[in-house]
Amino acid sequence: MLKMTHLSKVYRTEVVETYALRDFSIDVKEGEFVAVTGPSGSGKTTFLTIAGLLETFTGGSYHLDGVDVSHLNDNARSKIRNEKIGFIFQAFNLIPDLNVYDNVEVPLRYRGMKAAERKKRIMESLERVGLSSRLKHYPAELSGGQQQRVAIARALAGSPRLLLADEPTGNLDTQMARGVMELLEDIHREGATIVMVTHDPELATRAQRNVHVIDGQVVDVAEDRVFSTSQLAEHSPA
Amino acid sequence: MFKYYLQLAVHSLKRYPVLTGLMVLAIAVGIGASMTTLTVMHLLSGNPMPGKSGKLFYAQVDADTDNSYPHKDPLDMLDYRSAMDLWSAHKADRQTLIIDSSVKVVAPDSQLPPLMRTMLSTTSDFFPMFDVPFQYGQAWTAEQGQRHARVAVISAALNRKLFGGANSVGRTLRIRGADVRIVGVLAQWRPSPVFYKVVGGRFGAATNGRFYGDTEDVMMPVGTGIDLNDGHFEPFTCWDLPEHAGHLTHAGCAWVGLWVQLDSPAKVTAYHEFLTHYAQQQKQLGRFTHTDVRLRDLMQWLTFNQVVPPDVKLQTSLAFAFLLICLFNTVGLLLAKFLRRSGEIGLRRALGATRASVFAQCLVEAGLVGVLGGIGGWVLTLVGLWAVRQQPVAYANLAHMDLSMFALTFLLSVLVAVLAGALPAARASRTAPALHLKTL
Repeated sequence: MLKMTHLSKVYRTEVVETYALRDFSIDVKEGEFVAVTGPSGSGKTTFLTIAGLLETFTGGSYHLDGVDVSHLNDNARSKIRNEKIGFIFQAFNLIPDLNVYDNVEVPLRYRGMKAAERKKRIMESLERVGLSSRLKHYPAELSGGQQQRVAIARALAGSPRLLLADEPTGNLDTQMARGVMELLEDIHREGATIVMVTHDPELATRAQRNVHVIDGQVVDVAEDRVFSTSQLAEHSPA
Repeated sequence: MFKYYLQLAVHSLKRYPVLTGLMVLAIAVGIGASMTTLTVMHLLSGNPMPGKSGKLFYAQVDADTDNSYPHKDPLDMLDYRSAMDLWSAHKADRQTLIIDSSVKVVAPDSQLPPLMRTMLSTTSDFFPMFDVPFQYGQAWTAEQGQRHARVAVISAALNRKLFGGANSVGRTLRIRGADVRIVGVLAQWRPSPVFYKVVGGRFGAATNGRFYGDTEDVMMPVGTGIDLNDGHFEPFTCWDLPEHAGHLTHAGCAWVGLWVQLDSPAKVTAYHEFLTHYAQQQKQLGRFTHTDVRLRDLMQWLTFNQVVPPDVKLQTSLAFAFLLICLFNTVGLLLAKFLRRSGEIGLRRALGATRASVFAQCLVEAGLVGVLGGIGGWVLTLVGLWAVRQQPVAYANLAHMDLSMFALTFLLSVLVAVLAGALPAARASRTAPALHLKTL
């Protein structure tokens, strides 16, 4: 699904070159739930923005869903982002002056989908996150957990092949974080491929696989683990 | 997607009402100022005879005996003899003479005191040539013109003043002590400018507003006009002193205009040759010094005489310079607005919006500002035109907005706003999504 090989990302100024990612390789299979961990500044977010085609990379190769994305132009990258990737951000990133329905609709609008189809998908995805009764609410009228659920609904509405989550519980209290995490686990169980960046080791243990990044390089790939209900309960925040 | 962009634009404009108000105001003020002056310019530089101006020509030969210059433009008017020679030759499809003066007018059967009114001495072709509309009666006949019949056509305004707007055909006017029978009353008619009496405009451009005044109140045959009003015709240019002051018929003076209607290019060529031949013949006879002739069509004649007052042109230029300043202001405001929303734009890019989508969305928003600015500009233009109508200029009461200028107001406003939005929209569309996702 997501395969980066010897990928590098270099930020250049006149006097210095900074490697955000160096010889970075990762292979995420379809249906996997992978947690990418590492300290601040290790390159986790850079990896995620490149994986989400929000940034280009300097060297190496990147195949997404079998497509070499190295030389795609901006339009093609936008199309892939729209059709194959769902984003979940730490800060939710809802548009404040659009209501819940309109926020979830945003990616579908850029897909040129008919109104009836858009409505069906929006209702299904909001139903999925338990917010179908809040269609007309604005982000400011929702709790943090509810806002993140709206963001997840927005990510799900387009039926993406890959969900990229950047610290999805980072701005939430424990209770809300648990709810969001359980939702992600449910989504994964239904077959979604999820790559989640987090600096929280406890959260990472709930993924199938952990990838540890330091100084822009993958330093450790934990063995695959299989979810069990007892593990979920064990790792759930108190 | 246009509908979606429009919805987003409405949301966005509502979200920042002060910024929106400033942008709309900047465009409205610029549009108001420029459309006011442009409307006046449009009214003053329009074609007074659309569809026919290409067939109407002003004929010039030069009877001036001044030989200081080997070649020069002929005088703007003709001497009486040349005018009568050319007119009576009937070489054009239609031809008419123009002589202006003022007269004292009395309606014997009304209680009104004598009125000073403008009079046009002309020929019967004047009316069909210039499509002059009649309310009552008709023009005099050529035969009546030839025998100097005491007949007149009066304007709708004079008819209202003297006869309360009733059908006054058959009633009598007293002009310089002579009774004249009214044979026709014009319907409302006011070509803009009153093109047939435009002369010498290029020498006194600052006063060219006079060409946009009213048409004459009394019109009568040339012969009759001269019989009744000799000695009082103007304007004129003389190179010899008249035998009796003001009596120009046999003097070395130019004071008669000649308009001809030529319905085909071949006839234009033929008439030009006729004028040239006439001038050469008159030179051989020793009456002319110069053989230069001119035959300009109506619009060429108006352009040659610079009928649009220079102050109107200057005002228009200044107003458009002001509009340019407003445009730059709007560019700045839109730039600030779009950059302030870089977080949202970054998010939209992340969710699949292409650069073109973002660019289009921003342009639609700018266009909506333009439409709102157009409404404001239209209101300000109406106020501006009202202010023009309060000015002591001949064209003041012409200053009204027609449909084409109304449409142009909105077109210009949207164009200005879209132009102003192009650069900010281009900047916004280049927003790097990853950089701005945390600033929403």
